[in-house]
Amino acid sequence: MSTTKNIPAQKAGESSVSSQNLLEVENLEVHFPIRQGIVFQRQVGAVRAVDGISFGVKPGESLGLVGESGCGKSTTGRAVTRLLEPTGGTVRFDGEDITHKKVASMRTARQNLQMIFQDPYSSLNPRHTVGTIIETPMKLNGINPEGGHKRRAQELLEIVGLNPEHYNRYPNEFSGGQRQRIGIARALALKPKLIVADEPVSALDVSIQAQVVNLLQDLQREFGLAFLFIAHDLAVVRHFSERVAVMYLGKIVEIADRETLYSRPQHPYTHALLSAVPEVDPDGASNRERIRLTGDVPSPINPPSGCRFRTRCWKAQDICASQEPPLVQLIGSADGHQAACHFPEVKQVVAAEVTPPAPASAE
Amino acid sequence: MAIELSPQSVDVNPPSSFLEVRDLRVHFPTEDGLVKSVDGVSFSLEKGKTLGIVGESGSGKSVTSLSLLGLHKGSRAQVGGEIWLDGEELVGMSESQMRGLRGRKVSMIFQDPLSALHPFYSVGSQIAEAYQVHHKASKKEAKERAIEMLKRVGIPQPERRAKDYPHQFSGGMRQRAMIAMSLVCDPELLIADEPTTALDVTVQAQILDLIRDLQEEFGSAVIIITHDLGVVAEISDDILVMYGGRRIEYGSVNDVLKSPEHPYTWGLLQSMPHLGGDVAQRLNPIPGSPPSLINLPSGCAFNPRCSFKEQVPDGRCTVERPELLPVLGSDKHIAACHLTGEHKAEIRRGATSGAK
Repeated sequence: MSTTKNIPAQKAGESSVSSQNLLEVENLEVHFPIRQGIVFQRQVGAVRAVDGISFGVKPGESLGLVGESGCGKSTTGRAVTRLLEPTGGTVRFDGEDITHKKVASMRTARQNLQMIFQDPYSSLNPRHTVGTIIETPMKLNGINPEGGHKRRAQELLEIVGLNPEHYNRYPNEFSGGQRQRIGIARALALKPKLIVADEPVSALDVSIQAQVVNLLQDLQREFGLAFLFIAHDLAVVRHFSERVAVMYLGKIVEIADRETLYSRPQHPYTHALLSAVPEVDPDGASNRERIRLTGDVPSPINPPSGCRFRTRCWKAQDICASQEPPLVQLIGSADGHQAACHFPEVKQVVAAEVTPPAPASAE
Repeated sequence: MAIELSPQSVDVNPPSSFLEVRDLRVHFPTEDGLVKSVDGVSFSLEKGKTLGIVGESGSGKSVTSLSLLGLHKGSRAQVGGEIWLDGEELVGMSESQMRGLRGRKVSMIFQDPLSALHPFYSVGSQIAEAYQVHHKASKKEAKERAIEMLKRVGIPQPERRAKDYPHQFSGGMRQRAMIAMSLVCDPELLIADEPTTALDVTVQAQILDLIRDLQEEFGSAVIIITHDLGVVAEISDDILVMYGGRRIEYGSVNDVLKSPEHPYTWGLLQSMPHLGGDVAQRLNPIPGSPPSLINLPSGCAFNPRCSFKEQVPDGRCTVERPELLPVLGSDKHIAACHLTGEHKAEIRRGATSGAK
């Protein structure tokens, strides 16, 4: 781009869009077919990894996506960046429907939609130098920055806290945290508006995790980036994302801003997740409620009828098996706080502040 | 049990505690030089107690645990020091003697159950094997025992699942199967190397509960190796913090987590976000990355990453290696840092007022 460097995303988009969502996902479904037969394969079922979820991400906002492994959070991230083809629903990015865009035209859309991957060891090509890795997205998109590709790549290395002289090194010469920084530099190369970060810190050491989280936060502030932050560490998500969505077996079961979600969760599953997080505080550990879920997540091939969480829920009743609870805002709950449960609750799990006892009812 | 302050102990008598590691050294000769993965580590553990070993990758925590199982025998590793387990010395023990102990007296839960379980054998037969070998039991007895163990660790329909292969199990169930396998001979010492790192929080909580219950039932000693201080706080009695293959802080959970004495422990505690923490406050990471084990920094190994080394006069941190000294007001708590008590109190005051 020959225009000014580092345009904040809000300015790049029209001002009228700022109130709207940058990314809008509606009833997104990703099903993986299960086939049987040798010559004539017929579909005998489907793994319903993501089964009808809707959410939006505003420009400059960070939405956290949490849940157990197998709940479909990574699949969601991949469907949004179109690394996977959605089975149903729509994905709108920057006012444009990208649900079934062709590969070639998707490339231009991806200029604004980048991804940071979980494993910094397998997401960088070991045969390419750091410089090549960071420059490739620019070259593929025909972007010729002022001063050339090399200068821009070195600038990016500096932004993510690496030495620009490392331009000619190979990924194997770097530690895990440094590699993740290279991955971040690559994602930033095209000055995206939204970055899908799929467990960006879970492969790193605790002390390095904090460095990378701080880096991402600085970048978000500096460039006005929006994030879809996928992680299973609830404390990291709380630290990084203003809004958090909890997924269970391909569905969003609860979504709210972080204060509300962490202090007044309504879905039993959110409760269970929060109470399972081990905390360092040697005094506080005893007075926290402990909920232990039994068993494993059911198979997404044959999800339970009605509410998908009912097989592990201690509150489940007949209605939970027959009717699927819709994701709705409940009476008396904070704005934008939605939960999908027939028997939601209002109880404090971690909160330190005093909350008014809000009466909540589903029907 | 008193802690020896000098790294060299010449006491050859078997110690009174159940497990005692004295001045353990594990060095690996490589082309680039000698990698001192573990360099003079000592600790002790009683039956029914849990020790948490904490540190970054490369701090030597896994190498320590492997030497407790004698798994460095036959490799190029140079193992020194003493490991006393229930009156027997393990470092000098022959491989065949060690085999008699492995699985029966000491057993281990590995981090990645998918690579620790053999994909070719059914879960049940893998669990039964150890029992059959150590108890000279018949195949049928061993199989029954395996099913019983699967039931103990909470796997539904154990008779049917025993015939399944590891790939048919989910991550949490595989970890349970690993635990069943390591507990099949009622070991007196159980080593869990990052047992829950690959798992979700809900499953992690189940597994930690399970280890705790089984420990209560069998009275085993447990060593849990992790980088998650939350897990340690939840399950351990004692904590050993390792850095660059050495101990830098050791004490009870309350001592170490409530009044940590080493700047590295402070750093670890401050660098992780808490569920109840202030989101507006930036995380406070430890700058830099873990040191190379071939060329440890001179003096205190942590000094290049330490933000308080200027407060120690004469640059002692870069020249003189700090000794592990007892912390005032505690019988067990030791830490290796040149900072004086007054300095630390001052820094802590500054940290708390800064947080507010």
